[in-house]
Amino acid sequence: MKRHDFKYFFREGTSNMFSHGFMSFAAVGMIIACLLIMGTFSLVAVNANANLQNLKQQSEILAFIDENYTEEQARAIESKIAAIENVREVTFISKQQAMENYTEEYGEDEALFQDLEPEIFRDRYSIRIVDLEQMMETAAQIDQIEGVAKIRADEDLSKGFLTISKIATIVCLALIAVLLIVSLFIMSNTIKLTTFDRKDEIAIMKMVGATDGFIRWPFVYEGLLLGLFSAVIAFFLQWGLYVGISTGIAASDTLQLIDILPFTELLGPVLIVFVVVGLLVGIAGSLMAIRKFLRV
Amino acid sequence: MIRLKDVEKVYANGTRAIDGISMEINDGEFVFLVGHSGSGKSTIIKMLTGEIGPTAGRIMVNGYNMTNVSSKQIPYMRRTIGVIFQDFRLLEKKNVYENMVFAMRAVGAPPAEIKRRIPYVLELVGLQNKTRRLPSELSGGEQQRVAIARALINNPDTIIADEPTGNLDPERSLEIMSLLERINDLGTTMLVVTHEKDLVDHFSKRVIALEKGKIVSDQTGRYYDFSRGTAQR
Repeated sequence: MKRHDFKYFFREGTSNMFSHGFMSFAAVGMIIACLLIMGTFSLVAVNANANLQNLKQQSEILAFIDENYTEEQARAIESKIAAIENVREVTFISKQQAMENYTEEYGEDEALFQDLEPEIFRDRYSIRIVDLEQMMETAAQIDQIEGVAKIRADEDLSKGFLTISKIATIVCLALIAVLLIVSLFIMSNTIKLTTFDRKDEIAIMKMVGATDGFIRWPFVYEGLLLGLFSAVIAFFLQWGLYVGISTGIAASDTLQLIDILPFTELLGPVLIVFVVVGLLVGIAGSLMAIRKFLRV
Repeated sequence: MIRLKDVEKVYANGTRAIDGISMEINDGEFVFLVGHSGSGKSTIIKMLTGEIGPTAGRIMVNGYNMTNVSSKQIPYMRRTIGVIFQDFRLLEKKNVYENMVFAMRAVGAPPAEIKRRIPYVLELVGLQNKTRRLPSELSGGEQQRVAIARALINNPDTIIADEPTGNLDPERSLEIMSLLERINDLGTTMLVVTHEKDLVDHFSKRVIALEKGKIVSDQTGRYYDFSRGTAQR
């Protein structure tokens, strides 16, 4: 294929896109809608995952120290706990600190806790781990350390986080797959309609001896341009939508606890995914559409 | 050269459209193919252009064996023939010049060749002053001239015209047929499907008559009289 052929394909693809303005507009609109729905679901999934990660990181194992141990003896255990592989962070909490935390949390009625002695509390370690799935194994290892009297690890909670995280990922992946297929069919059908409008041109091209490849190329370019154009518009719309929603959540009394990742952090991946999906849907859709009209 | 040997065509619904036809059209010949509706004329054209294949027999078109031509070879075979239809089949949104460019670009002709060839062909068909007109701004006869120019534009060996004067008045029909004769004089083989007796008689060329999928007459001169079963005197 010669260079002037490629110039011709590109010019034809571009002029076809504009000369069938309404259908191109419909195709672009459909791809944008699908990309936005897909993008929104993905971003919700990304944020849900980030929030779950935060929650996971906040879940802790509490190791209570033998009450006969002095504070110095209790502090000496820290290095043994920190040496365990899955341990990420170890914080020592003295009896005094434990009491203060307790009264702060439950001490609405000050009189009730007035005579509280730190001695009724134990020195303890708050331990954060790397892999939540190994929580119980890590807790057992800590329990083996001499001086550790009791362990509290909330296995149900950790399993709950993991289950929610897995379900959210699967649901989002399934939705994205379904939307991708839907976009492909919409694109294919829209280009099929524009192609139908041009079936006379294709018939004439076939009649004078154009090869299938030569007929196909301008449509591929058109699909590529429509896909790219849609991806860029959808990206900016998604950006606006995201910023709007995250501002709304930040301003809300009840939802402000949710951490929303700033869009600037997601800019690159979102643009890449939109462009790749837009191009794929555009090119694959036009190839699917043109196939029928080439059988002359 | 076009050669058919014992060609049969039976459609999927059982209709026997062509029933053992053999004929040969030599390079540079002008041949009329005549017959009533359903006689098999359209089926022959479809087989010659590679739209459909024969059920039995052999077809050769300009060196291509249509019996076993691959789908990849068909575009190259089609470049050796130009086809003209009764309904012109021009692109309404493109002007005369653009219709020519479209047909040349479709076969990958380089821009320099396009610039050189189009004025020559448009002058040959007498449309050199109407290059910027849209088909809708032209008369029926002029539109058919555009279709002829398009059929010629890629310099084919053979032109197949399917009822080229079917939509034209007698005067324009004569003009178009004269133009086809002039193109034939320049060396292009011409196969014209028609049922216009007066035109066939006027030009006195070879006439192949078809009836119910068989050749009932193949002689030079006048239109075949289907009611009497002889070439008319």
